[in-house]
Amino acid sequence: MTDFATTNTANEPRVSTLTYAQAAAAALQEAMRADQHVVAMGEDLGRGGVFGQYRSADGRNLVDIFGEERVIDTPISEATIMGAGVGMALAGLRPVVEMRVADFALCAIDELVNQAAKNRYMFGGQGRVPLVARLPIGIWTASAAQHSQSFESWFAHVPGLVVVAPSTPADNYGLLRSALQCGDPVVYMEHKELWGMSGEVVHEPVELGRARVAFSAGPSGRTDVTLVSWSRQVHVCVDAARALAEQGIHAEVLDLRTIWPWDRDAVLASARRSGHLLVVHEAVQAAGFGAEVAATVAEHTDARVARLGAPRIPVGYAGSLELESRVGVEQIRQSALRLLKRA
Amino acid sequence: MTDLLSLFRTMVRIRAFEDAAEAASQGGVSWGGAATGKPGEVRVKGPLHLSTGQEAVATGVCAHLGPEDLLTSTHRGHGHTLAKGADSTKMMCELFGRATGYNAGKGGSMHIADFSVGMLGANGVVTAGLPIAVGAAHALKIRKTGAIAVSFFGDGAINRGPFLEALNWAQVFKLPVLFVCEDNQISATTKSAPMTAGTNAASARAQSLDIEATRVDGNDVEAVSDAASQLIAQIRAGSGPRLLHAITYRQKGHVSVDPATYRKQEEVAEALKDDPILRARALLAQRGLGEQAARIEAEAKAEIDAAVAAASAAPAPDAAAAYTDILTTGEGMWK
Repeated sequence: MTDFATTNTANEPRVSTLTYAQAAAAALQEAMRADQHVVAMGEDLGRGGVFGQYRSADGRNLVDIFGEERVIDTPISEATIMGAGVGMALAGLRPVVEMRVADFALCAIDELVNQAAKNRYMFGGQGRVPLVARLPIGIWTASAAQHSQSFESWFAHVPGLVVVAPSTPADNYGLLRSALQCGDPVVYMEHKELWGMSGEVVHEPVELGRARVAFSAGPSGRTDVTLVSWSRQVHVCVDAARALAEQGIHAEVLDLRTIWPWDRDAVLASARRSGHLLVVHEAVQAAGFGAEVAATVAEHTDARVARLGAPRIPVGYAGSLELESRVGVEQIRQSALRLLKRA
Repeated sequence: MTDLLSLFRTMVRIRAFEDAAEAASQGGVSWGGAATGKPGEVRVKGPLHLSTGQEAVATGVCAHLGPEDLLTSTHRGHGHTLAKGADSTKMMCELFGRATGYNAGKGGSMHIADFSVGMLGANGVVTAGLPIAVGAAHALKIRKTGAIAVSFFGDGAINRGPFLEALNWAQVFKLPVLFVCEDNQISATTKSAPMTAGTNAASARAQSLDIEATRVDGNDVEAVSDAASQLIAQIRAGSGPRLLHAITYRQKGHVSVDPATYRKQEEVAEALKDDPILRARALLAQRGLGEQAARIEAEAKAEIDAAVAAASAAPAPDAAAAYTDILTTGEGMWK
């Protein structure tokens, strides 16, 4: 087989201000420049992706930079987008597979769960599937029940998959770079309501499996409660932590960033310091990943634990119905107070 | 080498392998789930899907492939794997669940694979191999290797959505891929015909996408070889995808423990007369090559006997191996 040369790019900006969408495009663009094996494919990539996440900061679509052979517009065929990704990976490429919204990836579930995730194990290590499947998650205003779901716990449940959920532009750059260097299939879940969020991006990979402190406890180092979250909900938790601080309660917010493998050590350490752990996620609370975090902390520490997610209802269209699925600042504050027996 | 003796050799090696695997699975779990026989004697456990009677298709197609060409298969993949060039002992070790098997005992019959010869795996899910083959072909095209991908699938597979998706994709991107419908006329334990709309559906559905398709007598190994040779030459010349529709017959049940009582004995008896190995053997005798054919059959039997002996003596995987080859990222976290 012909092998492509791997080249290093020069004069990359090391720090820049980008939106969450632009940060991912920059990560992909730089990975594609550095490694000819990286290709992207999915519906509407030719026009920069549905959310502009395949459009560089200067407004150009990645297809205009890398050509149709490497940024591939595909038919509406989710099963084959994912399945072809598996085949491409087995035949020596490193595909980024776009699923438009996570809800549509359910049309490709065999290809992701039975094929990509199992390949390496089932064939005794003969095959490797280094693909990145981008599955945008989360409530996206007034998008209703089939465009708003957060399925991270489903994929965390499947041996063989890595699950990533960045919450900031910096992490969307750094975690995608790492996902593109990873030898395993990565389910990469970006939040649709974060695409426009702007922030400073350091152009360096962020290690998978490491949590980030999104909000530090009080200056004394005293921590009363640990809030663990990921994706968009991290920002809501930070607001809740600020509200708690006004009441003199010191909360530490940990952003897991990677759902599997998750940073158990960081969570356990914080829970031991604070003695109180609240896991918060946008996904439905029942059988959500919060249950895994809460149970693990209960098994390994004396901390009091609780979890907070959406009720087990489909996301409604009308604002009043949609709001029922949103976990807000006040709910988090109240849950933390109950956990601390101060409510 | 595509002369009849060479094709015959591959076919009888497959047949000997299937017969030995079936013998080693006797006394396993019955169709209804109850254990039969003595567990200690059962060396091949779990679902064993035999391709007995279908050897001409795997043989005729793979005769025109090299190790650089990539292949995806069905749940009935022993024949494809052997024809692609895999080692029968390492295959038998895998069926026996040994550490020395191709998949280190993690896959068994249903996931038999030899990536070193481009055989990317049997598959437990009907139709799942097609999108993977299409992606492999896409990568081969992008990488300009000159190699092609081939996907074997059964007639039951054409009723699942990914069949249409994969064929459309292959044609849209003009990919170097050969789709081979191994039409054994039955989907698990139900006749395919009443479950499938249209006539000659595998070929017809390809043709509806402007993919050229060739129908062939899948029990005539020379006919399969000739047809595959032409289609593969066209694909290598840049034609885009082609489909080969080979009509054959599954002589055994869906899995080795399935007595296939849903089929009339007269139908099976009639079909056995058209056994591809019988036909090739008769042709070789006509051509004065009967003695050589007999020697080849004896060699195949000896090869597979040795594979069974080696597999019987090989070690089982350590339990610790259950935790390897899952993920590199965060390895050890799941224990």
